Amino acid sequence: MRQDLATIQQWIKTDASVLDLGCGDGALLAHLRDTRNVFGYGLEIDQDKILECIKRRVNVVEQNLDDGLENFEDDSFDVVIMTQALQAVHYPDRVIDDMLRVGKECIITFPNFGYWRCRVYLMTKGRMPVSKLLPYTWYNTPNIHLCTFKDFEALCYRKHLKILNRTVVDMHYRDGILLRLFPNLFGEVAIYHVTK
Amino acid sequence: MQTSQAKARSASSSTTGLGSVGLVQPQHFRCDHPITLQCGKTLPHYELVYETYGQLNAARSNAVLVCHALSGHHHAAGYHREDERKPGWWDACIGPGKAIDTNRFFVVSVNNLGGCHGSTGPKSHNPDTGKPYGPDFPIVTVRDWVNSQYQLMQHLEIPSWAAVVGGSLGGMQVMQWAIDRPPLVRNAVVIAAAAKLSAQNIAFNEVARKAILSDPDFRDGHYYEHDTYPKVGLSLARMLGHITYLSDAGMREKFGRELRDGAISFDFDVEFQVESYLNYQGEAFSRSFDANTYLLMTRALDYFDPAEEYDHDLARALSQAQTRFLVLSFTTDWRFSPERSREIVEALLAARRQVTYAEIDCPQGHDSFLINVPRYTSLFRAYMNAIDLDGGPH
Repeated sequence: MRQDLATIQQWIKTDASVLDLGCGDGALLAHLRDTRNVFGYGLEIDQDKILECIKRRVNVVEQNLDDGLENFEDDSFDVVIMTQALQAVHYPDRVIDDMLRVGKECIITFPNFGYWRCRVYLMTKGRMPVSKLLPYTWYNTPNIHLCTFKDFEALCYRKHLKILNRTVVDMHYRDGILLRLFPNLFGEVAIYHVTK
Repeated sequence: MQTSQAKARSASSSTTGLGSVGLVQPQHFRCDHPITLQCGKTLPHYELVYETYGQLNAARSNAVLVCHALSGHHHAAGYHREDERKPGWWDACIGPGKAIDTNRFFVVSVNNLGGCHGSTGPKSHNPDTGKPYGPDFPIVTVRDWVNSQYQLMQHLEIPSWAAVVGGSLGGMQVMQWAIDRPPLVRNAVVIAAAAKLSAQNIAFNEVARKAILSDPDFRDGHYYEHDTYPKVGLSLARMLGHITYLSDAGMREKFGRELRDGAISFDFDVEFQVESYLNYQGEAFSRSFDANTYLLMTRALDYFDPAEEYDHDLARALSQAQTRFLVLSFTTDWRFSPERSREIVEALLAARRQVTYAEIDCPQGHDSFLINVPRYTSLFRAYMNAIDLDGGPH
């Protein structure tokens, strides 16, 4: 299991109801179902990933996050999760609003564009950073709304969100002293646990 | 009975090639329990013709019910004769290694009550008159079909269905099964269906019915006695229906504006390939299908609305279900568009049922569900293969 998923799962209570936006191959939902008796749905648009979800017997609904979550009622899930998809939606702020409306709590993970390697790449090469975590070039990337931790925190502040937990990890999802002291410089992936 | 047939089939499938259930034989079930239909009338007894593919396992946990659509019947897979031109109507999805894998599942496919392929219907003798029922055959509904299929299920001593599956009108039967008999359905596969017909759907049905009813050879439905049949009316009904089963893109791809003889002839003869195709389809259908059955089937479609008795709340209706659902739709289907499948999915989400939904992008329109569209059959097969046959009821 991806390390960010391992971190997330400890924030989810037994028997919780979960909506996973951009659920990918369904690994997280399958794990939560098998270990915590979680009832959940995943939303996904990639047909190959939908196929993987089906093989895992994970409930997956083909739905584009850019179309909103109008089909879900207010506070209808204990937790709404979105891992590594925030940067790929057309209106991240609207999706976050929707997540907070539908879920009592939200968990969001995203890549940090303020990571020192990104900064060095841009400074020395003068071109958009390409890395293992963000392997695309500017013209074919699905990641159209990259941000830094500070940017995200600013958004949380503007939206008056309560941050329940926040973790930053590096590429190998390790924690460390530098990460804790300078998260926006050394953290590669942010994991936020927020509520209204 | 099943063992000897299975042997015959597996022997024949090696000759007809991989992926076919081979030669199959229809079987008959006579139900002597009277059935009271939703319309209030009672049939004292009736017969259902059905086929089975694959073998029932020792735990009797691998049975799958296949529900057919408007013009379908029990012959869903394999061949009746070595020289049969085409296999059963859902051969793309039923067979060894296919979406409904007959190496794994025991498949039951039944011709619905009111049908014209061997089950009791308008062509059957009315015990009250000694003549065929014709137009006097009672109107049957999707719920009546579920009730009669349930009798067959009991006869076959199947405790619960591993899955009930169907496309279009077949998908409606799947929903009705899940709502009416929750513990008996472990998985529900609803393909290219709708929770009820729209006004446009009913309008198309009405034109089809009008075509049949206004054919002088229809003779108010008593054409059997006059040794005739409403060939023109039934052909027209089928031609109209057929247009709604295809998509604009699909027809353009298949026919374009191709002419039969290469040049226009300035008259009203059949000139374009698409005309020729439709006429052929209509005529062939009129020879193999019964007009009274066609009328009945379109009415069953019109009347289907499981939400009605739950204050028109589909989520409440579907909250009766205990099964997992797989809902599939096709992007170019305009008869039952993806939006119609989405209504089902929204209701299932609101009712907090287990549901998986995918929209298959392909040009073949409503008919896609009958065709081996790789993306469709791979999702369908993955879902069926993941069904647990050993564990508990779910």
